[in-house]
Amino acid sequence: MIDPAAPEFWPQLFAVLLEGTWETLYMTAIAMAITFVVGLPLGIVLVGTEPGRFLEAPLGQRWLGRAINAVLGFVVNLGRSVPFIVLMIALIPVTRWLLGSFIGTGPAIVPLTLVAIPFFVRVVEIAVREVDPGLFEAAESLGASRWLVVRRVLLPQAWPAIALGTATTVTSIINFSAMVGVVGGGGLGNVALTYGMQRYSALHIVFVVIILFVIVQVVQWLLTRLARRLSGATPAAGRTARRTERAALDLDDASIVSAPTRGDTDSPTR
Amino acid sequence: MITIDHVSRRFGDGLDAVVALDDVSIEVQRGEIFGVVGQSGAGKSTLLRTVNALERPDSGTVTVDGTVITGLEGAALRQARHKIGMVFQHFNLVGNRTVAQNVEFALEAVGVKGDERRGRALEMLDLVGLAHRAKDRPAQLSGGQRQRVGIARALASQPDVLLSDEATSALDPETTRQILDLIKRLSGELGLTVLLITHEMDVVKRICDSAALMEQGRVVEQGALEQLIRTPGSRVAAELFPVGEAHYTPGHRIIDVTYTGLSADRPVIAQLSRDFGLDVSILGAALETIRGHQAGRTRLAVPGDASVALKVIDRLTSQGVTAWEVHP
Repeated sequence: MIDPAAPEFWPQLFAVLLEGTWETLYMTAIAMAITFVVGLPLGIVLVGTEPGRFLEAPLGQRWLGRAINAVLGFVVNLGRSVPFIVLMIALIPVTRWLLGSFIGTGPAIVPLTLVAIPFFVRVVEIAVREVDPGLFEAAESLGASRWLVVRRVLLPQAWPAIALGTATTVTSIINFSAMVGVVGGGGLGNVALTYGMQRYSALHIVFVVIILFVIVQVVQWLLTRLARRLSGATPAAGRTARRTERAALDLDDASIVSAPTRGDTDSPTR
Repeated sequence: MITIDHVSRRFGDGLDAVVALDDVSIEVQRGEIFGVVGQSGAGKSTLLRTVNALERPDSGTVTVDGTVITGLEGAALRQARHKIGMVFQHFNLVGNRTVAQNVEFALEAVGVKGDERRGRALEMLDLVGLAHRAKDRPAQLSGGQRQRVGIARALASQPDVLLSDEATSALDPETTRQILDLIKRLSGELGLTVLLITHEMDVVKRICDSAALMEQGRVVEQGALEQLIRTPGSRVAAELFPVGEAHYTPGHRIIDVTYTGLSADRPVIAQLSRDFGLDVSILGAALETIRGHQAGRTRLAVPGDASVALKVIDRLTSQGVTAWEVHP
């Protein structure tokens, strides 16, 4: 039992929380970074290799597209269906082979990344699926290469949904990171476990909850803002209102009252 | 310029199979505007998409400017597509990229780089009267303006052929006319061959040189517009001139009179009554401006038998109008 009235309690609490927060952020950031780099192309390939999509026949081979799609879909579903705690234990040999050790905060990133990738692949999949098929058709009609289609059509259109999905992925990585104490990982979850549960300090739990809440809020807020910016809804804060007004006028062709500028020949007022 | 030769395409298998194209052949001459009309589900869209191989036919060939499109794959197909622009009913612009970037995309596909790309994109926008909106997003433009951007994008790679997939079907009548006039003007200035599909007869009337009528995957009629309106029984012409049903009238013969150009101004029917002493009644009439020229059709009921009808038709023909008997 920890005595909150003891003089060393608060300095110790803050030291512990600081270290836990740093470890959580460290694990989450690295796991998310790897997840993003690996998951983004996999998600694009997963949708792209569907029949009728832009990658249905990679290297001109239709069977190859089908095979890649089937394997990828299977692996993603497999990854998604294994409980994290099981995955974490099952991955111990892999982590040891990869990093030489499986105990601690650093090695805990391996299972965290592997649980996040299938999740994120689905996020990307949904985002890409949402892109208007007409845009792919237009790009194809222009004789654009696949790479150009991905860069100039698919990604610009999918970014907002991917940004929002990244916020969800980060949240779930933070969520899973609370469990890595099992393999000797640190972080805020471990603080709650060792001080809150094993040593009955309610204050530790309260602070852990507050800090996690703040982290999730900040991540969500930042990425929502980013998503809005990427969707092109607000080209620049100052111009937005005026633009929106003008767009509304233009759309309602019959009601244009301002003097039409050169080239605005759509308006029947001319 | 575009030769569609015995092209067939079916979707699905067995009993569920839908025949979208049933042995379709169409010839589009260089520099002309060719319209394919028909109701939705007639196969127009599938037909148009075989021209730039967005759709592959099960059998038959499509040739554009001597290149057999149906035989192309990969890089060669992309090259061929650079010479075939396409505009869409719903514009298909990338919403979170600027108008200029949307046009630049077409040039990027061709491999034009840097300043030249930006410059040419602006030129294209200027051509459609939208250079001042280059930095806007498509959502900030009206439907008509968006289609102009679509046209600028389609023409950026300097194609010889423009395919139009119901380009004006999402637009109001006034905007439709402006877009059609723009296509007409650009096709003249740039020497484009245009193949368009539409369900609106007005589009054919306004800009098409030739037309084909499609029904359930088949072309039931095709030819130059001037020729079609002079062809007895032409359904395209019947759509263009809604003169009503030909009801059987006892003791009368029904004659359709079609006149174009100058003959539209002459009082041929009044003269007919006078010369033959016949009580000609008018059952229906339609006067249309077809590609800027007056053309009309009148449905007459003439009292008498077949020999009278023949005499009347001879007289009308000698006066430079086209006439034939209609059998109800």
